[in-house]
Amino acid sequence: MAEIRVHQLHKAFADFTAVKDSSFTVKDGEFFCLLGPSGCGKTTTLRMIAGLELPTSGQIFLGDEDVSFKRASARDIAFVFQMFALYPHMNVRRNIAFPLVSQGMPGAEVRARVEEAARILRITELLDKPVSGLSSGDRQRVALGRAIVRQPLAFLMDEPLGALDSEFREVMCRELRALHDRLHATTVYVTHDQMEAMAMADTIAIMNRGVIEQLGAPLEVYERPASVFVADFIGAPSMNFLPFDAALASGASAVRIGPAQIDVPALREPISERPLLCGVRPEHVRLEDASPLRAEVLGTEYLGTSRIVTLTTAQGATLRAKVDVTSAAKRGDHVGLAFDASAVSLFDKASGRALRTARDDQPLARRNGARHG
Amino acid sequence: MADLRLAGVAKRFGNVPAVQDLDLDIASGEFIVLLGPSGAGKTTTLRLVAGLEQPDAGSVHIAGRDVTRLAPALRDVAFVFQQYSLYPHLSVFDNLAFPLRSPLHPTSETDIKRKVNQIAHMLRIDDKLQNPATQLSGGQMQRVAIGRALVRDPSLYLMDEPLSSLDAKLRNDLRLELKRIQQDLGATMLYVTHDQIEALTMATRIGVLERGRLVQVGTPQQIYEDPVSSYVAARLGSPRINLVPRSVLAGLALPDRVATVGARAEHLRLHRDGHEPAHRRARVTRIERLSDQHLVHVGLDGTDQELITAAPAGQSFEAGDAVGVELLRPLWFDAEGLRVRA
Repeated sequence: MAEIRVHQLHKAFADFTAVKDSSFTVKDGEFFCLLGPSGCGKTTTLRMIAGLELPTSGQIFLGDEDVSFKRASARDIAFVFQMFALYPHMNVRRNIAFPLVSQGMPGAEVRARVEEAARILRITELLDKPVSGLSSGDRQRVALGRAIVRQPLAFLMDEPLGALDSEFREVMCRELRALHDRLHATTVYVTHDQMEAMAMADTIAIMNRGVIEQLGAPLEVYERPASVFVADFIGAPSMNFLPFDAALASGASAVRIGPAQIDVPALREPISERPLLCGVRPEHVRLEDASPLRAEVLGTEYLGTSRIVTLTTAQGATLRAKVDVTSAAKRGDHVGLAFDASAVSLFDKASGRALRTARDDQPLARRNGARHG
Repeated sequence: MADLRLAGVAKRFGNVPAVQDLDLDIASGEFIVLLGPSGAGKTTTLRLVAGLEQPDAGSVHIAGRDVTRLAPALRDVAFVFQQYSLYPHLSVFDNLAFPLRSPLHPTSETDIKRKVNQIAHMLRIDDKLQNPATQLSGGQMQRVAIGRALVRDPSLYLMDEPLSSLDAKLRNDLRLELKRIQQDLGATMLYVTHDQIEALTMATRIGVLERGRLVQVGTPQQIYEDPVSSYVAARLGSPRINLVPRSVLAGLALPDRVATVGARAEHLRLHRDGHEPAHRRARVTRIERLSDQHLVHVGLDGTDQELITAAPAGQSFEAGDAVGVELLRPLWFDAEGLRVRA
């Protein structure tokens, strides 16, 4: 396995810039997600790493080698596509063995590698079955097997779960991450689904219009979004944004929105008078009768363990609150809103940039680490 | 808007029964979601209602009228497909107006204009009306496709995974919009999806399909809290409900018929100390932090059974911790997966 280093990568198609000056490093053994909406440049970035597109400028290193302009076949990388194509006339074993056989590898070694891959994927009992009768999950596993047997320096995956039922996607997410924990293979994974990225990645790069807006661990981008775009894209339902105008001194720990004073984490920079946004995630909004920030309930959604309440404030902003499933709030109710002060984010409305606050002081727990709470 | 009744409907394709003995009554103004994995018979059911397939047995009634043998165009239903199919040479306005210009539904141009404007406003595409349909984003195109169904006042809307081809984020937004529009119109809706969030949040009632059979119909809350089988229990809930064989729960007092115990992540409580005899000993294997959800994976001692539990905020564990697992509201199932009630 190897590190992948992308340096000032740039790609233009005629007058359209798909990727602008992107730089990042995928560490050896890391699960790295490129996340963003369609057209943000994530797939183009992946295809340049694979060698399926050539960069307009910039460099790509695989380990110590500059592969920027090498042919795809000369890069020791395995690509897993969204539509996993298996050879229908071959059984599972021959499908997995195919990349090795076509390299001319001796039979005994092919056999050993295929069996090793099948063991890792837990599909040993399927090896001699035809692929035609397989479930979609097993087909996916066979496609992964074909990537694994090559023992490449890195895996590149372009929405490999995109075609699956949402129910099954969640199962495959856990399985892919567990597989990664066994293989420790350097992986670059492209998706538009923030749930997949949050569930699997060590590091997420969130892209917007060809630019990486933020690079960080899943919890870091969730709890400390660097921009409005990131805050809005990560999390479902999305973060709420309340507009207000203010000048704030460094150290300020409250803002005024309409008739309400909202406590916020202490500001770490002074802000001159301008339009700002107060960002609060739905799980940090509480319905409190006594609060002067008034809102009307537009509707509620049952989610099994919780309830999403959609509200509109007297100032006309729409908000969502994630509340306990036993909440009695219903359409037409007038309620007060309160926020968990320590979890509020502030943004400059014009640039979208997050303001520095006391939230940035505390150390963050690592993804899927041994510790949380 | 009208009610819909399916009585004893069955459909086979060759030797494969796609829909079996299906009975379903939908009241006017209801939003019914058919939920199930691929191949459960969801889309076939929808196509039988639309008249795109003929049933081998049973009947379909719309607004009290037997439409079983009626051509699709005469059934007064509007169908939205998974893949938006717009007329590429027409503007957004003309795409939306198209169903109103059908000879079956003669409408004056003034009325067409009023109706198209109203729907476009509702779907927030009123500033795109003069654009060619091909110059829209995926989300906008799908809204036009939905709008084309909404401009008419059919008895019934049929939607086949209309949001599944969209980006996750857009899907969240349109989900709410669709529900709002359905409520505002008082529309009767039969909606097919494999997405449990769509089913939970939009449905008045959910119908769960299993290999062509409708195995349970109920409100989202009934389906989530009171499933009739382990199959239904596994359709809703993220993470999926833990289904634990009785054999690894020795020591738990269970009725004889119980073969499997179902426990949702939020109904498993972890205890660090003490040795309550009712608590199963286990070891933490992995912590998963998904945005605001904290999942603690544990392995039951002496077995290879893994459970996913949801830790309340403020409780902290690390991999390797020894814990006791308490089952708060277990659901019992027999050897066939059917619910055993206490």
